[in-house]
Amino acid sequence: MKLFQEGGSATRRRVIIGAAVATAAIMALAGCATTGGSSSGGSSSKFSIAFVPKQLNNPYTDVELGGGKKAAAALSGVTYSVVGPNTASASSQVSYINTLTQKKINVIAIAANDPNAVCSALNQAKTGGAKIITFDSDTAKSCRSLFINQVNTADVASVELKQLGEQINYEGDFAILSATANATNQNAWIADMKADLKSDPKYSKMNLVTTVYGNDDDTTSFQVAQGLLSTYPNLKGIISPTTVGIAATARYLSTSSYKGKVILTGLGLPNQMRQYVKDGTVKEFALWDPAKIGQAAVYAAKALVAGTITGKTGDTFKAGSLGTLKVGADNTVIVGGPTEFDAANIDNYNF
Amino acid sequence: MSETTLPVKARSNVSRLFFGRNANTVYALVLIVILASIFVPYFAGTATVSFLLIDAIPILLMAMPMALIIITGEIDLSVASTAGLSAAVMGVLFHDAHWNIVWVFVACIVVGLLCGAFNGILISTIGLPSLAVTIGTLALFRGLALVVIGDNAVADFPVDLTTWATSTIGGTGIPTFMIIVAVVVVIFGIILHFTPFGRALYALGFSKEAASFVGIRVNRSKFWLYVASGGISAFAGIFWVLRYSSAQSDSVQGLELSVVAAVLLGGVSIFGGSGGIVGVVAGVLIIRTVNYSLQLAGLPDTVLTIVTGTLLVLSVIAPSVTARIRRSAERKRSRTLIHDATAA
Repeated sequence: MKLFQEGGSATRRRVIIGAAVATAAIMALAGCATTGGSSSGGSSSKFSIAFVPKQLNNPYTDVELGGGKKAAAALSGVTYSVVGPNTASASSQVSYINTLTQKKINVIAIAANDPNAVCSALNQAKTGGAKIITFDSDTAKSCRSLFINQVNTADVASVELKQLGEQINYEGDFAILSATANATNQNAWIADMKADLKSDPKYSKMNLVTTVYGNDDDTTSFQVAQGLLSTYPNLKGIISPTTVGIAATARYLSTSSYKGKVILTGLGLPNQMRQYVKDGTVKEFALWDPAKIGQAAVYAAKALVAGTITGKTGDTFKAGSLGTLKVGADNTVIVGGPTEFDAANIDNYNF
Repeated sequence: MSETTLPVKARSNVSRLFFGRNANTVYALVLIVILASIFVPYFAGTATVSFLLIDAIPILLMAMPMALIIITGEIDLSVASTAGLSAAVMGVLFHDAHWNIVWVFVACIVVGLLCGAFNGILISTIGLPSLAVTIGTLALFRGLALVVIGDNAVADFPVDLTTWATSTIGGTGIPTFMIIVAVVVVIFGIILHFTPFGRALYALGFSKEAASFVGIRVNRSKFWLYVASGGISAFAGIFWVLRYSSAQSDSVQGLELSVVAAVLLGGVSIFGGSGGIVGVVAGVLIIRTVNYSLQLAGLPDTVLTIVTGTLLVLSVIAPSVTARIRRSAERKRSRTLIHDATAA
């Protein structure tokens, strides 16, 4: 009886160990299955760049990264990769930065989820020889060579006022339909617009009657737009500096009697606005082209690796179709002014 | 219950050391490390040791009291939120109240102990189920962290301390902080395996009634476990802040799942009553090694979450499957015995 028992437990033991081994093997195989492109170093024209976005699978980020991928393909010898967390967390970004340090990636381009939390990891990468570029969302200045940013706040405000002014002959009432009441970007743009209205005599006959908030929610924005036009029957135009707000307002206008009479402008995504530009609801609107950010990052990386720039204020570098870019104050590169979209050029953009 | 009626041969200490569940977890860890070194480029090296271990520190710390709590058949899901609250308190006291950093540390630990005591009172004195209580305090403590620090981030901690928190021992790649963690692990190991209190925890996990009949102070033991969990979590929160040089309301968010997963993977039964510290340490390292090697291989976060989830499910399933196999084997054996007896 004793013999039987011991035999039994030995088999059992073997089963358990076997299962553990099999599990581990599967994990490890899964781990190496997609280990394809590794980094390359070496000569100055060849380098590897890894993008670490705030989070993966964000449509806006995908367009940015697409620009980087295209630029990397255009330059020969550039190894391009993207790693990043699923949710916008800084600690997860740190783990990925560490893996990049270990792989000796030449340039890390990051949109930081926390300006400080990623710093020590970036500094470690720097010690290991990597160059650090931030895009969209900056880190503390000491942790990177360059920050690649969209556009100036003032440029956004002025292009929106200009677009509206041109269409209403710089005369009459208009309203702003914004995102949430405390949205940082939108409030900065609105403050700049108000300052422009006061200071520029060109806008003296334009009257901002109210600012309303659609909370960046499609339904709310639609209802708010509806309410706006019934409250202010003399309204000549609406500026909506948010992609959600402008699309919802355009949808309302296109089905109402105000179509073509009330001017709508603001910041919108070409893919969402295309039909309203084509049916005449909207004549023109603006946004930056996110792909340019990725493109500028890759060319800046090239210049940094080659040593032609160090990232100090006043440095300039060539960025393909973007022309020559200049490093401004705070080691920041502004990629360019807002892009204006109208019926003539909207089909050239897909995002 | 058939197994209790049959004579069972107890395993010797030596055989338990090499073939127990603890040992299996360690073997699995060694195997994973070997496979990762072979198949994942750049894995073998001191950089891996440093990057892998430094992220294991907060999980390892919180896993210690968590192991003891799960062994008694309870759970504490509020650990990461307690750490987050302690991080928020640390930020505010240091940056806004200009406290000396030493007193800030003391205050953080006290906050953690109070959080633990709050859980402990609700669970042991009032007798509420720990799952419900700690899901509640998971949200409550995180909410308090938001009240304390708002949407600010404090980042101006003394550079000496933040550099020290990420430093390594010479060229080994082992984080300096690991020394403190090792001390904590040894203390918890001694408490669990070499004191009457520790042995009482296993009894508690098997049967609360039986444990109280043999004179174990069930409620008092549980209360102190939660207090310890709160204190250690707060300590992990302090480390988190120093390691990332940033205190904010979402610090350490979501880490409780990794901690529970590591403890279960380390061979602690979710039903209570079994498990050991060595296995838990190996469990933590398995989770970190698998995660880090997948990240190093360039796999996206999505795959990581799937793998961690699968590991967790496997670790819960594996013991019940083996238990079922054992039971059916024993039933078969007793049938044979009865058959033999009647034949004779």
